[in-house]
Amino acid sequence: MIELLLQHPLLAALIALVGLGVAFGALLGFAAVRFRTEGNPIVDQINAILPQTQCGQCGHPGCRPYAEAIAAGEDINKCPPGGQAGIEALADLLDREVIPLDAEHGEEKLPQVAYIREDECIGCTKCIQACPVDAILGAAKHMHTVIVSECTGCDLCVEPCPVDCIDMIPQQQSLQTWHWQLPESSPRSADIIATDAGEAA
Amino acid sequence: MRKIHDFHGGIHPPENKLQSLGSPVRDAGIPAQLVLPLAQHIGAPAVPLVNVGDRVLKGQKIADAAGAVSAGLHAPTSGTIAAIESRQVAHPSGFSAPCIVIDCDGEDRWAELPAPVRFEELDSETILARIREAGIAGMGGAGFPAAVKLGLRPGTRIETLIINGTECEPYITADDVLMRERAPEIVRGAQILARLVQPGETVIGVEDNKPEAIQALRAAAEGSDIQIAVFPTKYPSGGEKQLIEILTGKQVPSGGLPADIGVVCQNVGTTVAVRAAVEEGRPLISRITTVTGEAVSQPQNFEVLIGTPMSHLLQLAGYDAGKNRRLVMGGPMMGFTVPDPGVPIVKTTNCILAPTEAELPSPPPAQACIRCGLCAQACPASLLPQQLYWFARGREFEKAEMHNLFDCIECGACSYVCPSNIPLVQYYRAAKAEVLQLRRDAEKAEHSRLRFEARQERLEREEAEKEARRIARKKAAEEKARLAAESGGGEIDPVQAAIERAKAKKAAQAAGAGTGESDQEKLEKAVVTTRERLAKAEEKLATARSEGSEHIAALETGVEKTRAKLAAAEKALGDYQVQHPGNGENDEPATGDAAQAAIQRAMAARAAEASKSPLEKARDNLEKLEARLAKSEARLAEGRAAGEEDKIIEALESSVERLKERAAAARAELEAQEAG
Repeated sequence: MIELLLQHPLLAALIALVGLGVAFGALLGFAAVRFRTEGNPIVDQINAILPQTQCGQCGHPGCRPYAEAIAAGEDINKCPPGGQAGIEALADLLDREVIPLDAEHGEEKLPQVAYIREDECIGCTKCIQACPVDAILGAAKHMHTVIVSECTGCDLCVEPCPVDCIDMIPQQQSLQTWHWQLPESSPRSADIIATDAGEAA
Repeated sequence: MRKIHDFHGGIHPPENKLQSLGSPVRDAGIPAQLVLPLAQHIGAPAVPLVNVGDRVLKGQKIADAAGAVSAGLHAPTSGTIAAIESRQVAHPSGFSAPCIVIDCDGEDRWAELPAPVRFEELDSETILARIREAGIAGMGGAGFPAAVKLGLRPGTRIETLIINGTECEPYITADDVLMRERAPEIVRGAQILARLVQPGETVIGVEDNKPEAIQALRAAAEGSDIQIAVFPTKYPSGGEKQLIEILTGKQVPSGGLPADIGVVCQNVGTTVAVRAAVEEGRPLISRITTVTGEAVSQPQNFEVLIGTPMSHLLQLAGYDAGKNRRLVMGGPMMGFTVPDPGVPIVKTTNCILAPTEAELPSPPPAQACIRCGLCAQACPASLLPQQLYWFARGREFEKAEMHNLFDCIECGACSYVCPSNIPLVQYYRAAKAEVLQLRRDAEKAEHSRLRFEARQERLEREEAEKEARRIARKKAAEEKARLAAESGGGEIDPVQAAIERAKAKKAAQAAGAGTGESDQEKLEKAVVTTRERLAKAEEKLATARSEGSEHIAALETGVEKTRAKLAAAEKALGDYQVQHPGNGENDEPATGDAAQAAIQRAMAARAAEASKSPLEKARDNLEKLEARLAKSEARLAEGRAAGEEDKIIEALESSVERLKERAAAARAELEAQEAG
């Protein structure tokens, strides 16, 4: 056998290469089965950036479905609660172009919270069924109320209310939530020498 | 002599301290009203313990600490709680925050205080409890609750206890005069703190621009093991981390606490407050505040009650609002502009600065960063301010964090040296806040995601359960149909069977029970319901009487009517039972009510009696009377034996006599009947 191979180097090379091919093929095949990843990891990463308001303004029933749609190639500018910052983060992650928010799906608003005018609530439970994060408390024929700390401000509860007793109110700024804003930097005056500012203007 | 180290960077701004050092500390007196914000410290706001209208005494606790990192609040003088509401507070945002407002009565009467003790007599737990109870928050400016800082984790070894008397910021002299006038108290307080943290050494650090304070401290510390360390003046050597580096040469690690490298640091003002709390039981209700700037005619230091409006102090110092363009709380480097002179002094207010426009001009417009690097040379935290500036401006907060944004102490040295007048500190503050906000948002999003997923899971589970139940029902119905088909030959379907059953039932009713029984039931029911109504009506009447209602007359007639109805119903039932004696006798009352049963039995008995012949009646009557007579005689004998009262014996005797007579009459009647 060895003699045969020594006499026919071409055959030896052929056998060696085929052998290597088979061995590495088997290894890769095994790895593909053994280290298989369940689901699409990019969907999880996209979902982590989405604000999880579950508001459905993007046209998908929740944030995860939209994350899946983005992974499948949909535009990244359909999430108003995430705003421009969210679009930037998505663009960064997916290496896509930063595009402005699609106005068709709504505008970027200040964070809101649902408020039920409790005197007017008739206890129909419709808003409870609509709330995607179980943030409304109540029972049939009993007054309902919103657990403010759990509310995502998605306003899905507003539409089903038969007596229209739910308001979306912007979240109050308090001493705890207030913070310094970046100094105003108008693009014209910021990076110009003070003595030249007058001429430029 | 202690080795003095140096820290990186730092600046030498004009000190401007002499203006306010001309006179000793002056008592600011009691203003008409005090406004005490519930959040004067880092951590959770305090929780009020008093209500509007309550009278409070000086030193009385009016709000309690909420949670571990928090501090209580005490009434700075005696008076009445005027309001607990949102008032404007000293905060760069200009927002309102919950405050307790006290109308002072001017009596300044103290609440009862514990007897003064020397701290050596107390154990460490008591000392710490007293500090916590006194609501002391760090008085250097940050306002971290002192008891939290001193309550070290078990096993922490403290090498050095540092008392911070540096006061490096221009204009401010509150700690300087405190050290001059109350050096013995500071030393005593330092000893108390040393007792708590058990350090290897205790050092009071003072800058060399306060010679009088240094002299006073040296005299007070004579004979104790407390060292007085003096080092060159440089801003910001009073920063906790900078002071630690100056005195020990060690750097606090990024994101770490001084305790991690075996150091605890407290301000001199805090030290004095600790002494008062521990040895005299006095809570933190006043502090020393510098009022200075060219817009006040007499810049000086005041001993001021917490909650005093700034305007009160300004007035005492001769404030000229015309000269002043903006009021600053704190110093010119780290202070902030207050929105209104009416805001109150809080535990951390060390200075009120009322500068003229010439003294502290408004910043000229910012120009482009020229990358000169002066800021990096000045930064006491060895950061790269210009890099942080670019990142903050470009909203690249992640990169800013990588460049240790959170190690910035916001001292303002970089802005001070910046030739382009860029408000660098504001960029860093905003960037820090943005990062924290993003973290909070991410947390909230994660929380919402979990809740959403839990809800989805629940809905799916419920749907699956419903589906499973539906399938099970379907299967059971099929099985039944199959069984019925097998056993019953196939023709009988369930509907037919049900119709059959209904028919059979009807037939049985028609055949079995006569109509009479249902009639009697009706009558009985009528009696029962009427009785219930009567009871209800009487109850109503009783309550109406007790309440003196005007409907008494109407209710009375109602009761009368119901009573008549009841009598009629009873009569009807009785008549019916007389007519159908057979039915009445073994008829159990429909209701399970025991009283009702007894009534029914009595009625039945009456009916049975009515149906008896006169002879039988007479015999029964006689028998009954004889039984009663026997009972009465027995009772009489008993009473005599027991020696009862004469009255009772007499009554018994007369009743026996009467029964004897009636028995005799009955016997006569019976005989007559028998004869007849």
